[in-house]
Amino acid sequence: MKILIVDDFSTMRRIIKNLLRDLGFTNTDEADDGLTGLPMLQKGNYDFLVTDWNMPGMTGLDLLKAVRADERLKNLPILMVTAEAKREQIIEAAQAGVSGYVVKPFTAATLKEKIEKIFERIAA
Amino acid sequence: MIQMEQHIERDETMEHLVDKARSLVENLESGNLYDTHKLLGDIYAARERKLYEEVGKLTRGLHDALMDFHIDAGIGEEAQEEISKISDASDRLGYVIKMTDDAANLTMDKVDEAVPIADEIRSTSKDLNEDWKRFKRRELTPEEFRNLYQRVGDYLDGTEVRAERMQNSLNDILMAQGYQDLTGQVIKRVITLVKEVENSLVELVRMASSVEKIAGINAETGDSVEPQEVALAGPNVHGEKNVTVVSGQDEVDDLLSSLGF
Repeated sequence: MKILIVDDFSTMRRIIKNLLRDLGFTNTDEADDGLTGLPMLQKGNYDFLVTDWNMPGMTGLDLLKAVRADERLKNLPILMVTAEAKREQIIEAAQAGVSGYVVKPFTAATLKEKIEKIFERIAA
Repeated sequence: MIQMEQHIERDETMEHLVDKARSLVENLESGNLYDTHKLLGDIYAARERKLYEEVGKLTRGLHDALMDFHIDAGIGEEAQEEISKISDASDRLGYVIKMTDDAANLTMDKVDEAVPIADEIRSTSKDLNEDWKRFKRRELTPEEFRNLYQRVGDYLDGTEVRAERMQNSLNDILMAQGYQDLTGQVIKRVITLVKEVENSLVELVRMASSVEKIAGINAETGDSVEPQEVALAGPNVHGEKNVTVVSGQDEVDDLLSSLGF
């Protein structure tokens, strides 16, 4: 399982990376926004994307839309982990095809639950 | 206090205008054109002077607020030197980002150090416990017992060292939380500046309108500009106050499940 973590704050990337490691996912890479993340996704054979929303360069929502519009990437499961907490934003992300949405600040248990739920749905 | 002074000053201006107007009428009625023009000039000059005074006061106020912010760091002795290098609000906020970044990374470094130690203690305890239980059931050979005896001794020595290392990590984590105090003070200063600037701007608008009134200028009543909504709202700092914003993960889940997720 190869996972890409996209967030402009290195500490948040590190937190997510550590939580994923505790969940048994050790093969992770990092990118600091959509502009650097998208080419990695296109080349890297990733199985899962965890992305923030508000980032300079290219936002997580734009990255989400770009992935869904890419023929080879469109089925990639995407978990959004963001401080954006407006209802209309969550709806926007859902309409753009996000697989899960975690609002910051979050707990390790929440992240675990959402990731497991996404994989359960894929398996089903 | 400031408001009171403004009223008194304005009354003086009005009295001054009324006096001038009376003389103006008197001079007009007696056909004294020379003094009439001179009075009109005086009135106009007084109006301009008042405007310049008010704008000057405001400029000074803004300048003072910015200077105060720059000079008066007002932070504990240790941080004083660090802070005095910071010359404006964005630098200060940059400093907040740096402090929080350093503290977060230090904390995570220390966690990374402590977690394997806890793992070691757990796995060694587990191994020893299995043999200890066999010992209690009298299943150990003398050779195995001597081995266990040695391992328990090593474990106790090792645990003392490990516990000390964990304690050090935990203390470092505790100390790293000091960033909250320092960044909190810096942010409070920035908030104070923002409020001062806001008050000064409100005062400028108020002064401008009162000067316009005195000068008889009709302020253009253009369409009030709606503040442009920021595309992204960022962290929900107001908690549950706002109904357009979710207050936590439970509400996110409810909303998504209502959308068929």
